[in-house]
Amino acid sequence: MTDFPYLSVIFLAPLLGAVFMIFLSEENKTAIRRIAAGATLISLALSILLLFKFDQVAGGFQFVEKIDWIPSLGVSWHLGVDGISLAMVLLTSFIIFTGVFISFSIEKRVKEFFILLLTLVTGVYGVFMSLDLFFFYFFYELAVIPMYLLIGIWGSTNREYATMKLTLYLTFGAVIALVSILAIYAVAQSELGHYTFDLLQLGRIHYSDAFQIIFFLPLLIGFGILVPMWPFHSWSPGGHAAAPSAVSMLHAGVLMKLGAYGIIRSMFLFPVGAKFWMPLVAVLCMANILYGGYVAMTRRDLKFMIGYSSSSHMGYVLLGMASLNIIALNGAVLLMFAHGIMTGLAFALVGFIYDQSHTRLMPEWGGQFGYDAANTADPSQKKYPEISGLAKKLPFIGFFFIATAMASAGLPGFANFVSEFMIVVGTFRVYPVQTVLAVFGVVITAIYYLRAIRAAFFGEIHPKWEKLQDAVTWTQRLPFLVLLSVLLIVGFYPSLLVDPIHTGSAALLAKIQGSAGLSEGATLVEWARSVIR
Amino acid sequence: MAPGLLWLILLSPLIASIIITVLTRKSGRLSALISVGAILLSFFLSLGPLAHILAEPQAPPTEYFWYWLNLPTLQVKMGILIDPLSVVMLLVVTGVGSLIHIYSMGYMKGDPGYSRYFASLSFFTFSMLGIVLSNNFVQTYIFWELVGLSSFLLIGFWFEKPSAADAAKKAFLTTRVGDFGFMIGIVFLYFVVGSFNFSELSASLKQGGFPETLLTVAALLIFTGAVGKSAQFPLHVWLPDAMEGPTPVSALIHAATMVAAGVYLVARSFFLFSAAPDALEAVAYIGGFTAIMAATIAIAQNDIKRIIAYSTLSQLGYMMMGLGVGGYTAGMFHLTMHAFFKALLFLAAGSVIHAVHTQDIWEMGGLSKYLKITSTTFLIGALANAGLFPLSGFWSKDEILVAAYESGHLLLFWVGIVTAFFTALYMFRLFFVVFTGAPRSAEGHGKHEAPHESPPVMTVPLVILAFFSAVAGFAGAPGLEHGFASYVHFGAAGHPAFHFSIAAGSTLVALAGIGVAWAFYSARLFSAERLASRFSFAYRLLQNKYYFDELYFWIIRNIQGGIALFCNWVEEWVVINFFVNGTAALTRWTGGILRLSQTGKLQTYLMMFIIGIIGVVLLLLATFIPSQVVAVR
Repeated sequence: MTDFPYLSVIFLAPLLGAVFMIFLSEENKTAIRRIAAGATLISLALSILLLFKFDQVAGGFQFVEKIDWIPSLGVSWHLGVDGISLAMVLLTSFIIFTGVFISFSIEKRVKEFFILLLTLVTGVYGVFMSLDLFFFYFFYELAVIPMYLLIGIWGSTNREYATMKLTLYLTFGAVIALVSILAIYAVAQSELGHYTFDLLQLGRIHYSDAFQIIFFLPLLIGFGILVPMWPFHSWSPGGHAAAPSAVSMLHAGVLMKLGAYGIIRSMFLFPVGAKFWMPLVAVLCMANILYGGYVAMTRRDLKFMIGYSSSSHMGYVLLGMASLNIIALNGAVLLMFAHGIMTGLAFALVGFIYDQSHTRLMPEWGGQFGYDAANTADPSQKKYPEISGLAKKLPFIGFFFIATAMASAGLPGFANFVSEFMIVVGTFRVYPVQTVLAVFGVVITAIYYLRAIRAAFFGEIHPKWEKLQDAVTWTQRLPFLVLLSVLLIVGFYPSLLVDPIHTGSAALLAKIQGSAGLSEGATLVEWARSVIR
Repeated sequence: MAPGLLWLILLSPLIASIIITVLTRKSGRLSALISVGAILLSFFLSLGPLAHILAEPQAPPTEYFWYWLNLPTLQVKMGILIDPLSVVMLLVVTGVGSLIHIYSMGYMKGDPGYSRYFASLSFFTFSMLGIVLSNNFVQTYIFWELVGLSSFLLIGFWFEKPSAADAAKKAFLTTRVGDFGFMIGIVFLYFVVGSFNFSELSASLKQGGFPETLLTVAALLIFTGAVGKSAQFPLHVWLPDAMEGPTPVSALIHAATMVAAGVYLVARSFFLFSAAPDALEAVAYIGGFTAIMAATIAIAQNDIKRIIAYSTLSQLGYMMMGLGVGGYTAGMFHLTMHAFFKALLFLAAGSVIHAVHTQDIWEMGGLSKYLKITSTTFLIGALANAGLFPLSGFWSKDEILVAAYESGHLLLFWVGIVTAFFTALYMFRLFFVVFTGAPRSAEGHGKHEAPHESPPVMTVPLVILAFFSAVAGFAGAPGLEHGFASYVHFGAAGHPAFHFSIAAGSTLVALAGIGVAWAFYSARLFSAERLASRFSFAYRLLQNKYYFDELYFWIIRNIQGGIALFCNWVEEWVVINFFVNGTAALTRWTGGILRLSQTGKLQTYLMMFIIGIIGVVLLLLATFIPSQVVAVR
């Protein structure tokens, strides 16, 4: 399709950067940082170029590269992106590029940090680009291991516990999904007469309904853990809180989207399975949205709050996918992008504060659920003060935090609004009750974010925070500016991303609608009823 | 008029806001000039559509749009809709807005956040114009929220003050609750009728064929948004607190324009409400209830801005009531008149606060001696608000009363009359206490030297607004050939009916209210304190605003807080400690048990090995032998 191997270059640039760093001295921090920035910049620039070179009329998988690797096992180096993965690649590029800049503040073991960070992102790119199930799985595992080290070594709050839990959860999820992957591999052999991991070929096979229903579930749970789908979410907020800023950004911004992406691809393989199981997701995602939101409301640690908020907002993605409606599915994919950028921004901002204040705790003003009373206790008397009144000293950070909070609370003008709006419009036809509750979830988001603004940024400032430094240099400001601009551009001109995404989701929906409907009495609800009887 | 210029009306404040934020943040004076210049530009450009409408009142609405979302199954066209309704609102926002921008240059002088103030103000103007010009519900919702954001930023302008920060949060969240319904309403209407666009919706509804129940539900949901933004009962609690913002902001956002957006929304979607009469009834009664409730609260308040804020609530209720009883023109006319006199009242109040540095009316008194222009203009505003002939408020209030009377809503008609009495009473209580008599506080006028009149940059807008408050009402005077009603109307153009008895009656009632205020607070024929202590229960009820804040706080603390704490408990104990850590503990425990078998002693292993072999052999025998037996037999 194209001569220049765009995808391979995007994928390899960070990896080569990491390899190159191995030969540099630990002391040469500036060079290491520059290489990291340069490598990710290449990926970012090419990703943006991809968006404009992507043929929206043709749709399908583009920029395909294929090299046979182990023909007897059907494993090949096979890359390609459709509208959905294109958005994810773009998201990854933005997050890693800004994440590298955010990580300039890291002083401990700089070399190892960046090598691991770049390896991690290589794995993420690999997952989004691979059209080969083998590499899809391989890269997924590749992303998990650096994560373990990054949190374990450079993390903060309760890091050993958090990183262990996270890694076990993610590996466990992967193993569950592996069950289905192997089953598909075996069935494909009997159907096609040869082994293959080629997703395009696997997607053309017609699996029996029973097979689809049985083997969609492990994929759903395995990838659902990563989303994180309630009740498998508890690895995520703790992981966020413990991770260093850039890793939190990648983790919440991109890694969680790997799960949702995996589910989307599984739906493509197993349309009947999706029809059978997605109603369950439509129920579970309500727990994500409402329960996650309410838990976020009780948290005083900013990162925990954002962590629960993330799992709450991934509920919207799940809802959009569960509705099996084209508008909602487009919205879900767009929300994966928008939420990734938004949450990346949020973690970057909190990290910026934490680097200086060494606390992320917000004050309990006027009782935990206070809505009226001001912080009555004289803040200057506190020995270990919580962060409060920061907007005075950190106007730049304060401005961006308010913008981020508003984006998260679904304020128009930001990409999140467009996507949530599309999810709501699309889902209303299918699940009206869930839709109403989901819209209520936006109110919950507004409540905890506005409380956070009120608590951390407004009000009187404790003398201890008078010495905090705002973001002044351009390397400090750049990541925030880039991420916020992306949210605003997509928010004001959503067609930019929605149109390519639509080509991908339309193909998926066409396949699902084209597949045989579930026969009478064979839906999940019917089945559950019969079990209860 | 070229579409480019129409877009410029909308965009010029946005551009100003961006320029101020990015470039001229350091120079307050320059920022102010850019901001004022931008809104003046919008104002003068708005005269183009006005001329067009005046020339051709019957011309169909003009619409320009571009595709915001263009998918096969979902299309949203953002655009501009020019019709008499939007032009009136456009002029109110840019006209009154310009004066308030200019006034702010004086009022905010010396504030460290001077540039931030003007950036926010311009951003507000942009958002408000977005609502006004919108051609579809999605765009309205978008700008609706942006208006909420700018309101949040401006109420919390002095964010270091805890009360201001709390008020900002409260305002945003309370209106957000209303927007929850609004959003669902928009989606629901799309689900029923299949469009977001006003003209398309209107055309579809005209053809009919939609179940009225569904339309009623959609209309009520959309009205929820208006209830939040226009601070109608039961979501009215945020507006009085919003007075924590700078006074010009109160005038612009929380009196003249943003809070009127809810009324505008109902007027804009009147095609829907007229197809759902039950919803319209609800609008009328909620409006009427808010009108009388807020008017009674206003009598017992002591903060100059809060009194005017409750007055705003009450007048917004009046407008809603007007729309609800079918008085489309009356409601919009009152909105326009109210914008003049309420902006005037707030700005004059700002001028007072500027002079005496307090907001408590009992620390003021006798100020008309020092503040000649302010007190005169305030008097005009108060008379207009009280609805006295021939000031603007008289004509518009009268139209609403006539509409209520003629549509047979007698209860609402009497509510309107009683509210008119209370309105005159609280307005003149305020006037007499602040401007007449002797200084009431022991310290004289606040903590400062003798109060002095504000600079011309503040008084000139007062005079202009006073002029319009006095004479603008004639645009709606009965018998006028080309009055307000011949442009802004729903369905056929009609002339407002005039009932001499209603006009005379409401005037008498207003005079009575002024008289009572005079008797209590100026002539001191009766003692307000004695009355308050005699009816202390009623007085406390009013002073505490019917305890709505306490009720909502209780709900938030106990119900919402309870749910949140319960979820958190489940998270901590059930999900994490029981399931997750429980699994870990179980694994560790199993490992601990199994570890016992790994003794490291060779004898043990050997014995295990032998036991194993014996076991296997026995098993084989047990399964093998019976089958052989069966085979032999």
